[in-house]
Amino acid sequence: MTIKNKAYIVGAYEHPTRFAPDKSVAQLHAESALGALQDAGLELKDVDGYFCAGDVPGGSPISMAEYLNLNLSWLDGTEIGGCSYIAHVERAAQAIAAGKCRVALITLAGKPKSTGVATGTAPRILGPERPETPWDLPYKPTITGIYGMITQRHMHEYGTTAEQLAAIKVAASHHAQYNENALLKKVVTVDDVIHSPIIAPPLHRLDCCVITDGGGALIVTTPDIAKSLKRPLVKVMGASQTIKTSHGGYIAPTETGAIKTGPEAFAEAGVTPNDIKYASIYDNFTIMVLMQLEDLGFCKKGQAGHFVAEGNLISGTGKLPWNTDGGGLCNNHPSNRGGITKVIEAIRQLREEAHPAVQVKNCDIALAAGPGLVVGEGHAHATLILGRE
Amino acid sequence: MDNLDNKTLDFLSDAYANAYPETRPFWEAAEKDELLLKTCHDCGKPHWYPRMVCPLCGSANTAWLNASGQGSLYAFSHIEKANPPYTLAYVQLHEGPIIMSNIIDADINQLKIGSPVTVAFQRMKEGRKMPVFRLSE
Repeated sequence: MTIKNKAYIVGAYEHPTRFAPDKSVAQLHAESALGALQDAGLELKDVDGYFCAGDVPGGSPISMAEYLNLNLSWLDGTEIGGCSYIAHVERAAQAIAAGKCRVALITLAGKPKSTGVATGTAPRILGPERPETPWDLPYKPTITGIYGMITQRHMHEYGTTAEQLAAIKVAASHHAQYNENALLKKVVTVDDVIHSPIIAPPLHRLDCCVITDGGGALIVTTPDIAKSLKRPLVKVMGASQTIKTSHGGYIAPTETGAIKTGPEAFAEAGVTPNDIKYASIYDNFTIMVLMQLEDLGFCKKGQAGHFVAEGNLISGTGKLPWNTDGGGLCNNHPSNRGGITKVIEAIRQLREEAHPAVQVKNCDIALAAGPGLVVGEGHAHATLILGRE
Repeated sequence: MDNLDNKTLDFLSDAYANAYPETRPFWEAAEKDELLLKTCHDCGKPHWYPRMVCPLCGSANTAWLNASGQGSLYAFSHIEKANPPYTLAYVQLHEGPIIMSNIIDADINQLKIGSPVTVAFQRMKEGRKMPVFRLSE
């Protein structure tokens, strides 16, 4: 059953905080939920579907449903890392198309900044119940170390350079200067990036995303309800989600799950990469943007370095305006998860509610895509294609 | 650093080994500084990490294989700020699979993608020994 045109995103809210020591994670979820409902012109009592991931207090939909006193007909706690919320839009659209719920709420929140979590630079402590753990944890695999290795392989296989990767951060910073809530608003140059400290060679500090507290929420609903509201109509055209495994040790670390979710989402939407006016592509590290541009079909494999170095990601001058909120590299990475902010900025663009300096003209079709957990090992990927009606 | 020289593997005290009783032959071989891989009698390919069902073809007809302990450096990065600093790597084993590991006793400036490496074994604080690699002589 296709979800094409069967569900609309009518509410989107990015919590303005980037540092919230005086709020609980539950409160950030709740504030984000209310923000998205207000944006939609709906109320909490209208919600009958709830979607959340592992960042939610208690680890399942139960506690936030209790906290908000939701009256649910459908729920989904699919946890696939940072792209969970992109995948939740597809899952919400499926539930709505199947008649299981009519107003779906998706929330994310977390506060790694104020709790001082060394997100990318200390090994994650994972319990023995995860079957990979006995075989990877002993080697102290920091997230930056793994992405350093992936970057090194892409450079080795395709001749990608540090300067090309830096151009991605430059584009993000160019956009972030217009976002009053962005954590980093300063415009940086290629030189600034390649002369920033090495975190895990060849990754520089400015190749890495920010660490922020925050949250976000989305409201997905039926065509009938969407058309009864006063918001611009943004419909779900196509979507796909997958797990890309390490294939029993025969890994391909320069490929992301986008190699599957991109073509599948484009096929469902009936469009091609050339039709995309704006792209939100999850940028936990510059290399991830580069690899996804290739795997989604915007560039041939190995050619994205040239594409980004020519400034093509910058709105107004480039061929593919990208992450016009400043993305994870400059704006926000709440709960160390960039999926929901990718969808939110795509909706701003489709509604023509982005900052005027970065608003894409005639933005009728947009993409949001991202990975979950760590590429190189088994990881998730989700792609979503949205259209303005 | 804990002194691990006199420690031996105790399955019950190493939660990571204890949680996977089916991988016990691997840890017992590692005690003797021998690297085992799981291979498949149906598709003929060894895989990593060791599983009882072949992840490449779905067969349950798997068996332990004595690996050569030789491989080449597939990718690496260096965690300079850790105490002590260490080198994270993907090593491609001669038998095929690419495994995460650490490179020991090497200056990162000596390392290149493709450099030949040889297995060594290092005791973890939980008890079991893990394969790490150093540049081949």
